[in-house]
Parts: sequence; structure tokens; C-alpha cells
Amino acid sequence: MTDATVAKEAIEKPRNQWLDVWDQFRTHKGAVFGLGFLIFITLFVTIGPWLWQVDPGKLDIRNKDVRPIYMLLFDSDAKVNWANPMGTDNLGRDIMANIMQGGRISLAVGWTAMILAVFLGTLIGVLAGYFRRLDGLLMRFTDLVLSLPLLPLLLVMMLLFRDPLRAAFGPENGIFILIVVGIGITSWMQTARIVRGDVMALKEREFVLAARSIGTPPRRMITRHILPNVLSPIMVSATLGLATAIITESALSFLGLGFPSDFPTWGKILFDSVDRMTAFPERVLWPGLAISLTVLAVNYIGDGLRDALDPRIRGL
Amino acid sequence: MKLKTALMGAVACLAIAPMAHAQERGRDGNVNIIYWQAVSIMNPFLSGGTKDIEAASLVLEPLARYDETGMMVPYLATAIPTVSNGGVSEDLTSITWQIDPDVVWSDGSPVTSRDVQFTFEYCTADGGGCAQGAKFSNVESVEMLDDKTVKVNFTGPAPNPYQAFVGHESPIIQAAQFAECLGPRAPECTDANFMPIGTGPFVVTDFRVNDVVQFEANPNYRDPSKPAFATVTFKGGGDATAAGRAVMETGEFDYAWNMQLAPDVIASMAEGGMGVPVSAFGTLVERIEMNLTDPSPALEEGVRSTVAAPHPFLTDARVREALSIAIDRDLLVEVGYGQAGRATCNLVPAPALYASDNTACLTQDMDRANALLDEAGFMMGSDGVRVNADGVRLSILFQTSTNAVRQDFQALIKQWWEEIGVETELRNIDAGVFFGGDPGSPDTFQRFYADVEMYANNFPGTDPQAYLGAYLCDNIPSPETQWQGENINRVCDPAYDALWAELAATADLEERGRIGRALNDMLTKDSNIIVPLVDRGRVSAHSVTLGGVVLNTWDSELWNIADWYRISQ
Repeated sequence: MTDATVAKEAIEKPRNQWLDVWDQFRTHKGAVFGLGFLIFITLFVTIGPWLWQVDPGKLDIRNKDVRPIYMLLFDSDAKVNWANPMGTDNLGRDIMANIMQGGRISLAVGWTAMILAVFLGTLIGVLAGYFRRLDGLLMRFTDLVLSLPLLPLLLVMMLLFRDPLRAAFGPENGIFILIVVGIGITSWMQTARIVRGDVMALKEREFVLAARSIGTPPRRMITRHILPNVLSPIMVSATLGLATAIITESALSFLGLGFPSDFPTWGKILFDSVDRMTAFPERVLWPGLAISLTVLAVNYIGDGLRDALDPRIRGL
Repeated sequence: MKLKTALMGAVACLAIAPMAHAQERGRDGNVNIIYWQAVSIMNPFLSGGTKDIEAASLVLEPLARYDETGMMVPYLATAIPTVSNGGVSEDLTSITWQIDPDVVWSDGSPVTSRDVQFTFEYCTADGGGCAQGAKFSNVESVEMLDDKTVKVNFTGPAPNPYQAFVGHESPIIQAAQFAECLGPRAPECTDANFMPIGTGPFVVTDFRVNDVVQFEANPNYRDPSKPAFATVTFKGGGDATAAGRAVMETGEFDYAWNMQLAPDVIASMAEGGMGVPVSAFGTLVERIEMNLTDPSPALEEGVRSTVAAPHPFLTDARVREALSIAIDRDLLVEVGYGQAGRATCNLVPAPALYASDNTACLTQDMDRANALLDEAGFMMGSDGVRVNADGVRLSILFQTSTNAVRQDFQALIKQWWEEIGVETELRNIDAGVFFGGDPGSPDTFQRFYADVEMYANNFPGTDPQAYLGAYLCDNIPSPETQWQGENINRVCDPAYDALWAELAATADLEERGRIGRALNDMLTKDSNIIVPLVDRGRVSAHSVTLGGVVLNTWDSELWNIADWYRISQ
């Protein structure tokens, strides 16, 4: 390496930091696949119902128990129907329309509850880690919430708030708010604990001392120096949180605490199909695959993002 | 003359044909029965478990039992005592049974009135926990009038005197065998409890707790040509699926009890060809209950869902009828229960004596439903929901417990109701909460914070008096009664109350049947306050080579095992 090339590199136009992040992200194959799948599933559930205009709640009892179209490959006598490419359930509802509609709700619940939980967790974790006086109070509060069981809490919330919310926002939106809040406020504690631990370690590092010695106020200290450095644990708990939220919503719907029964979500389609799993495996397979692949994709994206956001791995 | 002889010969042949099986005892070898709950004791007075009581019914017999239509047939008695034949006293305070003089215990000793009296003493002894105590709750004493005549005295008038010593739950036990087993010592008599001496077609030869019971034909059974089987192997354990497979797919067993399985699962097993499912219907009815009071959350607690606030549109009989006839009950049966259900319009679907001939609701009639709603003043609005002149929308909250079949029913019914312009919102509640009866919970079926709700209910035994009594004005759940009470619909009709009081004072069975049917019709056909959907039955399976099986929901399933035989192939 000569002096000339070094000089040439030095004067090269400075690249945007996010381009570097993207370059690093692209090297993680799993993350790229995950992102691709997440974009696909999001388009599938948002744009899908515009293209596939079948009412997911429409019962067509004459066309019940239709098998998916690919069954023709194994069994030429299978009851299939091009109008229902993924088949129909035991009441003749189109499975593809249900998966689209169910995905909308499952993803919306998952994302919203996850964002709420991560926001709460980060806020409390950073405050507890950075301000020593708040630490004891906030962490005892975290312990308290951690000991609350989710299901009884939701039962009580249902009793207290279902009717007012139903009157204010309608049955579906009312329950949506209730479930999202319920999951959100009962799953931020792990994030808060992890973030607090990291913040406490970071607080003693030299660059923080340096920043403090030039008079950086706490607000800027947190946003400029602490938060970017705890981004990776937050990302990881966010991805795990999304998965947990989707699964918790399924469990709640199954117990009758969730959405009304004519309101499909991935979890509910899955639970409804378990009884006939041996005869109609596809009814379990599709929603099950949708849940697991979405969760897996988000996990990989989180992994890739963590690497990409870490300056040491990026090689700077 | 020749023709006459020939005809008589033919008639004689026909008469003999059913007798073809009536040959010597034990000619058909062994029969295998599987109960997926294993038998733990052969004494029905020490166990409430159906499997124990039914196994014991092979050995122990009551004075009279119920046949498959719910009618009584004398077993150890010579006839059913009634008021008209003098067996039941005019004031309904006693009943006198005549024991069949030919009946002997399996050890050869005669059955006497002392045995009957002893059975009462055994079940009511101090310090003993008798599982069938309810059968004797209104019995004051049992008197021996002579060796073969016994008189049961009641504490007061008993319109239904056929509780004690009738049915498989209160058979007669031998006084000599159980003499030392009274009260707290009852569970200690292992031999007597495992191998009771009885009058039934079989006797126990080997008893393994919670596993297998071996029986052989009773040598002293009253009919010398019965039972056709020499031995019975009564296997317990496993689950309903395994039991169904063992009978219908592999043919290892001849009879399997209580197939609680989805209809398509039973159908796929029956394709095995070794056995067939059989069903019988009792009194369990899946129904929709209409709330005659207003459950609107806008009302304050204490007024909401109480008689103080009448429902805005379900109080109109035309609306209720429209909702009822918009339902295709046959389709519901096909989707949810298959062989284990049949469409019904009756709250009391059985026994035959009390079942009304009410079939008007069985055909779905959308046109008539629409016409009824038009007539009631509810016109179709632009959003597909009917509204009347006062701005009342036909919008219904429909709740039930969480259960796959019920959610399928909800989806189907919602579709039909929306077709006739009734907006329907579904809600399902965890069964533990819904049926929990907690007065503090707003989600119980008694509290009924919804417009309509769906569940199933039945009554024990064959007499619907107490069951129909649920719909009296006094039984309306309200905050004052801590929301307890069986009158879920909050219906209050003085004519109904008066007719029910008449039922409670009537002893004649025919007359009771007439009144019972009239009460049933007042709630269903005439007013549609209760909308019955499906009469849910019980399914068992027997081998194609096993003949004579008559499934009975009023008594033991094995009630007529003496008549079972092997079909030769």
C-alpha cells in the first residue's frame, strides 16, 4: 500500500453510515432471506385481500372439506376446486382468505404489542440503569409486574374494560386494544432488566466519562451515547417479543378471551384445525408455517441487524 | 283345508323364527365387552361411576327397570304398581311391590322381601356413604308385609314413587351376603363388593380391580334358555378411540361403550367393517335461550338483564319465531354430531310419554322468517340490518361456551340470521366461567349479559317435573338471588305456573304426559322462548356378529345382555 492510495482513499467521498449498515446486513444470508419473507408475508396479508376478493367468513356448506389444489398430485380423486386453491374448512370457509385475514390481525397484534413492550422496557431499563435514585424503585416495580400472571390479569381486564371498550370502538377494535395492551404491559420486564444491566456497564466506560466531562446533559447522553450501544439487546428482545405476542394472542383466542370466534387469526385457525389434523393436515400446516416462518424471519432479521449495527463487526 | 294347514304352518314358522335363538343356555361361548373406563367395584351403592354401575347390572337387578323408550318393565317384581291397580296408595304416600315367586339368587336361595328391606337399610345405614342415597331420600321406611310382598312408605306424597328399587342405580342386594357390611364396614367386605350374589344373567368368577372382570352364566337364572353366552370378559381401560378401533376396525371386542368422538372419526372407524355404531337418545338438548330482558351495557347494574328492563325486540314472539325458523337444524346435526344427534323442536325430547309431536321448526323457512320480521315492523335498512320505526336495530349478541362444535354452530347460525337482516355478534366464554355460577362474574349463563345464548341441558331419570319447574316465575335469576335460578330466559307466565302446579299434584302417568307436553309446547312451539336445536344422544359400538343389542339411555346399556346372541356367519 503506497502513500498515494492511502491519500486517495482518504479523500473518497464519505459514505452514509446506513449504507455501511446495509452492506454489512447483506452479508448475513439468513437475515436477507428473513427480510424477503417478512416483506412477502406482509404484502400477502395487506395486498392479498385486494386481489383475492373472497369473504373469509362466508360459509359455503356444499363446498366443505375441499382439499388444496396440490392434492391432485398425490390423489387424482381428491375433492379439489380451483376457486379454493388452499381448500376450505369444515364449514366451507376459504382457507386462503382466512389465512390472509388472520395474518393481518396476528401481525398487527404482534407488531403493536411488541413495539409497546419494547418501548416500555427500554424506557424503564434506561431510566433505572442511568439514574441510581430511580433504580431501586423501578426494579422493584419490575419484579412486581413480573410476578403478575398474564391470564388472570387479562380475565380481570376483560371484566373491567370489555364493555366500555366495545361501546367506544366496536367489538373488534375494542378487543384489539385490550389484547395489545394486555400483552404489551405484561412482557416488557425482560427487556427492562437486560437494558438496565447494559446501561450500568456502559455508564462506567471511558467515552461516557469523556462525554460527561465536556458537560453533556443526561438527555443527550442517553440518546447519543447510551441508546445506540444498547440497540443490539433491544433488537433481540424485540424479535423474541414479536414471536411471543403472536403466540400469546393465539392462546388467548383459544381460551375465549380473545377475538370473537368468527374473527380469524393464525392462532385460532391452527387451534380449530387440530381435531382433524390427520384427515386434513394442510389446515394445520399453513397457519403453523405462517407463524413459525414469520417468527423465524424476524429472529434472523434481528440477528443480522445486531451484527450490522455493531461498529466493531462492521470493521470500522 | 290344505291351504289352511299350509297357512298355519307358515304362521307357525314365522312364530318360531325369533325363537331360533331360544335354545340352551351358554350355547354362544364368550362375549368380549370393553369399557374405556375400567371397573373398580361391583357394588353400585359404593360407586357413582357409570362404568361400575353398568358392570354390576350384569349381576344385580332392581324390582323394575326402564326399557329403551323410558317405560318401566318389571324385573324382580310381578307387575308395576300403580294407583289404578292398587299398588300405589291413593294419597301417594306408599307403594307396594309384589316379588316374582320364581326368582332365586345365583346361590339358589329365594329372593324375599327381607332382601328388599335390607337394601334400604344398607344404603341408609349410619356412618356409611351410600352413592345412591338420593334414590331413598323420600323413603321413610320399608315394611315386609309377607315373604314376597314389600311396602315402601314415603315421608310425604310422592307423585313419582318409582325411585327406590327401580333402575340400574338401585338394585336389590342379598341380605345374607351383606349382613355384616352395614355402615362404616361396607367398604371392608371385599368379597361381597367384588363378587356380589345376584339375580342377573351372569355371576362374577374373577375380579381384577381396574382391569378385567370375568363372568359366567348364572346357573339359576329364571329363564333356562338365557343367557346365550356362557362367559363374559369385561375389559376396562384405554380411551374411546382405542375402544372404537377394537370393535369396529380390528374386531377384538364385541361391544364398546360410549364413543365420545367426532362424527367423522366414528364414520371412518365404521369403514373397518367389523362393527357398527349404534345410537340412542336421552334428554340432553342443545338449545338457544332467548333473553326477555335487556342486557344493554348502557343500563346500570341491578337493572341490566333483570325483569325491570324488558328486551327491546326479543319480547316480540314474531321476532323469536323468525330467528327459530331461519335455522337449518339438520345441517347443524350433520356438522356437529352426526350419528350422535338429531334435530328437535322439543325441550323435553324423551321419554316418549312426555315428547310432544312438535316438528314445525324442523324445516328452514327464510321467506316466512322475513315475512314475520316485516310484519313485526322491522324493515331492511341500507346496511342489511333491519330497523323499526323507533330506530331499534335487530342487533344480537350471541354467547356460548368455548367448544369447537359450538363455535361452528355459532358461525352457521350467524350466517342465517344475517341473511334475514339480523346483525349478529359472536362471543365465546371459557366453559369454567360460563357454567361456573360465580355471582361476581358478568359472563355466567345465569347472568345472561347477552341477547341469546346456546348450551345443552338435560334432566336425570325419566320424570321432567323438576326440569320444567325451572321456568316458573320464582326461579328468575336476579341480583337479589345472587343471580341463582334456572329460569334463564326470565319468562314469567301465570298460566305456565298454574299448569305446572297441576303437574306436581297429578299421579296418573297418562295425565302427567299430557300436562308435560303442554308445558313443553308453551315454552317452545307457542312462544319460541327456548329454541331447541339438537337432541344429543349417546353412541356405542357393537360387533356385526353380536345380535340383540338395544341401546338404552334410561338404564344400564347392558340392561338386556340376557337377550344378546351371536349371529353365525
